[in-house]
Amino acid sequence: MNRIDNLTKGFIKENPLFVSVLGMCPSLAVTTSLENALGMGIGVFFVLTLSNFIVSLVMSNKTLADLVRPVRIPVYIVIIATLVTVVEMLMHAFLIDLYKSLGVFIPLIVVNCIILGRAEAFASENKPLDSVLDGIGMALGFTGAIALISIFREFLGAGTITVWGDFGLNLTFIFNFLHMEPIGLFIQPVGAFLSFGLILATLTAIGNKNKERIAAREATVNG
Amino acid sequence: MDNLIALAFAAFITENIILTQFFGICPFLGVSTKRKNALGMGFAVLFVMLISSIVTYLLYVHVLQVLNIEYMKTIVFILVIASLVQMVETFIKKVSPALYKALGIYLPLITTNCAVLGVALLNITKDHTFVETVVYTTFIGLGFILVMYIFSMLREKIANAPVPKSFQGIPIALVVAAILAVIFSRFGGII
Repeated sequence: MNRIDNLTKGFIKENPLFVSVLGMCPSLAVTTSLENALGMGIGVFFVLTLSNFIVSLVMSNKTLADLVRPVRIPVYIVIIATLVTVVEMLMHAFLIDLYKSLGVFIPLIVVNCIILGRAEAFASENKPLDSVLDGIGMALGFTGAIALISIFREFLGAGTITVWGDFGLNLTFIFNFLHMEPIGLFIQPVGAFLSFGLILATLTAIGNKNKERIAAREATVNG
Repeated sequence: MDNLIALAFAAFITENIILTQFFGICPFLGVSTKRKNALGMGFAVLFVMLISSIVTYLLYVHVLQVLNIEYMKTIVFILVIASLVQMVETFIKKVSPALYKALGIYLPLITTNCAVLGVALLNITKDHTFVETVVYTTFIGLGFILVMYIFSMLREKIANAPVPKSFQGIPIALVVAAILAVIFSRFGGII
């Protein structure tokens, strides 16, 4: 049961973006289209899963862990930076369009707080398998969250939803039907802050409602 | 000279690092609740950013490019930045214990502040010369301080305002940041 918890807690309960509010910079910058968000998600997935695995492998070996503990943060950063360099080179070789549109945000995965945060908070204290599950869960939670923001922004800002390359939805007819233009503001930097703020507020409101409902139910049970 | 002024203005206002490039959002939202902390964090970032950009630029041009190992830049840059942050931390702890106490956990976090690594990388990808690197980085840092300061004043006001429950905290801060971003992007017509 615990294993499944490790995997699924990243989806909603401890979602890195919406609950812990970590890794804001890439999630604001690359959410101009769904394609970019998914590309960023793939990069983070690869780096987070492997870095969790390597860190927990190092830290579960007693001799190595004692050696590493005083300088653990630099060690984690070097592990993460190496993995990010691998991702960067792979994307440059096989996904050149994505590489160009993500630009400087690929090397910046190094300083994504989610990855270092999970290494320090989870992987350093848990077994390799659990850490990999945690990494997968957190990465999927992150990808889901930025995908949600990017769908919101791309639909309102450009009227399209690009899933991958030419494959996507063209929803401009909805705007035509309403005699409106897509709101370009939403794919500009301004829209990133605005969309994130509105989505976060909506989710908080839903979360508060849920909490109230649970509290009310417990009150009736106890009363 | 004209180029440098245009570059400086763009770095300061129109390409503002926080509001248009989204670097350094974590300290932007985390430390900007009080004016004093925002300024302290701002100057710490400016200082680290300037030194690390100069060091990484020289390393890139004179070591990595000479040896043909440009792909090592991410690893080398982050190591330079991490050690610089350690130095700044020791320095501030010695010179101003009060400031050290106020900034608390955010100082080590400059290491994972994307602004510092981001600017070091931008200087490389934009093919800046050495002088351009210094000017660009200085004004990016000043722009960071400016926005942090304005934003911290706004947040001191928001703290007393009747904000709807679900907007409290980060959501309202982001909406305010959006309005600031509109204002800053409209300066683009000047140059």
